[in-house]
Amino acid sequence: MFGKLTIDAFHHEASQNAAVCMMMLSGLGIIGLITYYKKWGYLWDEWFTSVDPKRIGLMYIITALLMFFKGFADALMMRLQQALSVGDAHGFISAGHFQEVFSAHGTTMIFFVGMGIIIGLMNLIIPLQIGARDVAYPFLNALGFWLFASAATLSLVSLAIGKFSATGWLAYPPLSGLEYNPGEGVDYWIWIVQIAGIGSTMSGINFLVTILKMRCPGMSFMKMPIFVWSSLCSMVLVIFAFPILTATLVLLTLDRYLGMHFFTAGYGGNPMMYVNLIWAWGHPEVYILILPAFGIFSEVVPTFSEKRLFGYVSMVWALVMITVLSFVVWLHHFFTMGASAGVNAFFGIMTMLIAIPTGVKIFNWLFTKYRGRVHFTSPMLWFFAFVLNFSIGGMTGILLSAPPVDYQAHNSLFLIAHFHGMVIGGLVFGFFSGFTYWFPKVTGFFLSERLNVYAFWCWFGGFLIAFMPLYMLGFMGATRRLDHYEESTGWHPLFVVVGIGALIILCGVMIQAYGLYKSIKDRKKNLDTTGDPWNARTLEWSIPSPPPIYNFAVIPTVDQLDPLWAIKRGLAPKPEVGYEDIHLPKNTPMALYLGLISLVFGFAMVWHIFWLALVSLIAAIVFLIIRLSGEDEHLLITAEEVKSMEEARIRGNTAL
Amino acid sequence: MLKKGARFVPFLLLFAGLILFITLLMQPLSVIKFRNEISVLFPKGIIALEERNLLLVIQAIMLLVILPVYVFTFIFSWKYSAQNPKSDAKYDPDLVDSYLAEFFWWGIPIALTIIVAVLTWIKTYELDPYKPIVSDKKTQTIQVVALQWKWLFIYPEENIATVNFVQFPEKVPIHFEITADAPMNSFWIPHLGGQIYAMPKMKTELHLIADEAGEFPGSSANMSGEGFSGMRFIAKASSEEEYHKWVETAKKSSNELNFKGYNELAKPSQNNPVEIYQLKDNDLFNQVLMKFMPKEKGK
Repeated sequence: MFGKLTIDAFHHEASQNAAVCMMMLSGLGIIGLITYYKKWGYLWDEWFTSVDPKRIGLMYIITALLMFFKGFADALMMRLQQALSVGDAHGFISAGHFQEVFSAHGTTMIFFVGMGIIIGLMNLIIPLQIGARDVAYPFLNALGFWLFASAATLSLVSLAIGKFSATGWLAYPPLSGLEYNPGEGVDYWIWIVQIAGIGSTMSGINFLVTILKMRCPGMSFMKMPIFVWSSLCSMVLVIFAFPILTATLVLLTLDRYLGMHFFTAGYGGNPMMYVNLIWAWGHPEVYILILPAFGIFSEVVPTFSEKRLFGYVSMVWALVMITVLSFVVWLHHFFTMGASAGVNAFFGIMTMLIAIPTGVKIFNWLFTKYRGRVHFTSPMLWFFAFVLNFSIGGMTGILLSAPPVDYQAHNSLFLIAHFHGMVIGGLVFGFFSGFTYWFPKVTGFFLSERLNVYAFWCWFGGFLIAFMPLYMLGFMGATRRLDHYEESTGWHPLFVVVGIGALIILCGVMIQAYGLYKSIKDRKKNLDTTGDPWNARTLEWSIPSPPPIYNFAVIPTVDQLDPLWAIKRGLAPKPEVGYEDIHLPKNTPMALYLGLISLVFGFAMVWHIFWLALVSLIAAIVFLIIRLSGEDEHLLITAEEVKSMEEARIRGNTAL
Repeated sequence: MLKKGARFVPFLLLFAGLILFITLLMQPLSVIKFRNEISVLFPKGIIALEERNLLLVIQAIMLLVILPVYVFTFIFSWKYSAQNPKSDAKYDPDLVDSYLAEFFWWGIPIALTIIVAVLTWIKTYELDPYKPIVSDKKTQTIQVVALQWKWLFIYPEENIATVNFVQFPEKVPIHFEITADAPMNSFWIPHLGGQIYAMPKMKTELHLIADEAGEFPGSSANMSGEGFSGMRFIAKASSEEEYHKWVETAKKSSNELNFKGYNELAKPSQNNPVEIYQLKDNDLFNQVLMKFMPKEKGK
């Protein structure tokens, strides 16, 4: 009846029990608050059933930020354990649990935080930047989000019921095979990643088609903003890379559920094939995350330099070059697997080539400031932190790409410092930059600039202290994922320093959370009434903040790059006003239902409750058929309604 | 929202840059105290030394790009700051392209990358872990098996075996043949040279040499399950006489190891103490490899 699920699944170590209690309490607290303020109806009508990319984008970002707290708590636990567990002391968590913690940290941060924040920002910004009222496949987009959310929920369930995988975020076999890990942990990992991955593929298809087909009249490829270009490249990568992940996970599933031997050590299985396949997805994945961050900086830097982006054409070609190269470098993740010198050297040199377009991008950003007027707002501060860290990360990346150096640095904390420098220094700082930049556009009010700046200094300082010493620890032979080490290694002082750095970052995170709360509380005082607070260049700033449900009352026509900038400088005519009927997709709860069904399916598969898995699979198919045979999917807003809404807005603004 | 009065920001940025450099500089300072522990930068074998030198050369070349980036970042932030009222800097919003400038920053990275690439190509062949080290001394072969969670070292010619300890003569090339009877591990002695994976059914090879005597810590660099952090061992390089003396004592060990005893040893255990065996079966390594071959299926 319950498959492998027994009462034992609810027994945990003390530290984990505490985490489960915290999670349940905060969950109950949120549910209680919503009930108290009687917001369920509002949430259901306006958010849960919404197919509006602006709403979905915000839900992505909220989910990603909640998951960030979990992933960050994991990171703090690891650093605390490593600062304590030296010599005779063994810290506060067992080796097995420590391994679950770092596996959960990696999985959470990449699949839920990284993917969540970039796809969230794309939902919010891309339709606005290309002058569209909607995305190409609104239902597919909503379904992508709800699969993402259900995978995130399944990962929280794994904290409370049973164990999570203890095999690292990429679950290399044979360690992740049945022979060495018969428990439910790896199965949790497989289904969490599988569901989230399918959701990402759907978003990828949606945004690729949106960018290709829904640009406003006149916006040819070379007139698209760089954020749109970078998202286009990133989505192309999603479409090519994520199917590899899905297929690899299916093979691992067959190994674990049906006793097959694709990746087992014995019986003709080949674990090295898994390592190849997972990195054939995994390396493009890191570019899927970093390219949109490049796009964000390409919007932020010109805006706050009061200039246009330097070398637009170069920037586009650099993006395309990175996109192509990212598929021919995957072997650099395992130079030490014994490939011949020629193979290693080839992949090492391919990797180095990526430094060329990346370097070009950095110089172009710097020269965007040349003969500009640079404003040090918080989005710009994040850009500075990015340039300083990313240069160091890039340099260590080149070091790692030379196979003989990699033999000495692979799997050491040097590597950890390198990729955190890229992911935090690139993606996370980029997201914060974009978040503060577009926040008034999306919500209609400002974040507290002062608190943003405080948070920035904590993050930047904390980051340097938490990650720079890791380079030295790597040189001292410290490998990753250690839950215990000896005093004689000499690592202890540096591990303590690193722990302090993590605590400083915690201060930054807390200031940000408080700043967000305070800004929402005082929003009436900080309204953005202009729609263009930063004197920016692109279409999203030509409409009010927050944008109306139909985004553009009048679809813009574009004849050059940076259309708004051109209008403001008198280089292009102001658009004419003429309202028309607008068709938008109707809200539907089907995406949410399918998400819930896949959560049940995932849970049932993890615990081998096959009748429930079968029932939920059939339910999913039935719901899809119902959804796909529906006919009345459109909501009509007539020209008069648009006119009255627009006029009400203009009156409202003048009243303020 | 573009507020004035944040004139101190460029100073703060400069300050942050200083912190960054200090953090980087602090690392050489820790060198004074932990010189012996910083194995990658202060190696004890020619392989590790070559790898370190390549690291330093590439780093120096990369600094040719990084330093201008830093310098331009600070100069432009200061000179073109909108909050800097004294600045008489030009404002030219239409300066968005310059073939000359772009020529330089496509050209310079390409040139430097070509240099690094050629260097990498040569050195990757030279430092291929499968390539024997040229020496007038006879190469010593040691077979390594990664177990759950300990290292077994087999000396097929000397007929001895050890756990979590390996001894060999200094200045003699060592040929490690590596496999695993466990999930994937990575065999790493940072003082002597780079790592290589230890995988079941596969035999990987690694050639190292110790240029001076000493005890060098080694470990598994790839997470392989619960007892992984205890997979540390000591690699001891000693003079040849001392080594031969040690071999003689080891041969008289009361512990014996054959394939049956090996299966007992291969059962999972954590933080294993050092053990020394007389080897009764000098084909043991191949038998461990064959354990995972398909023909075993019938058994």
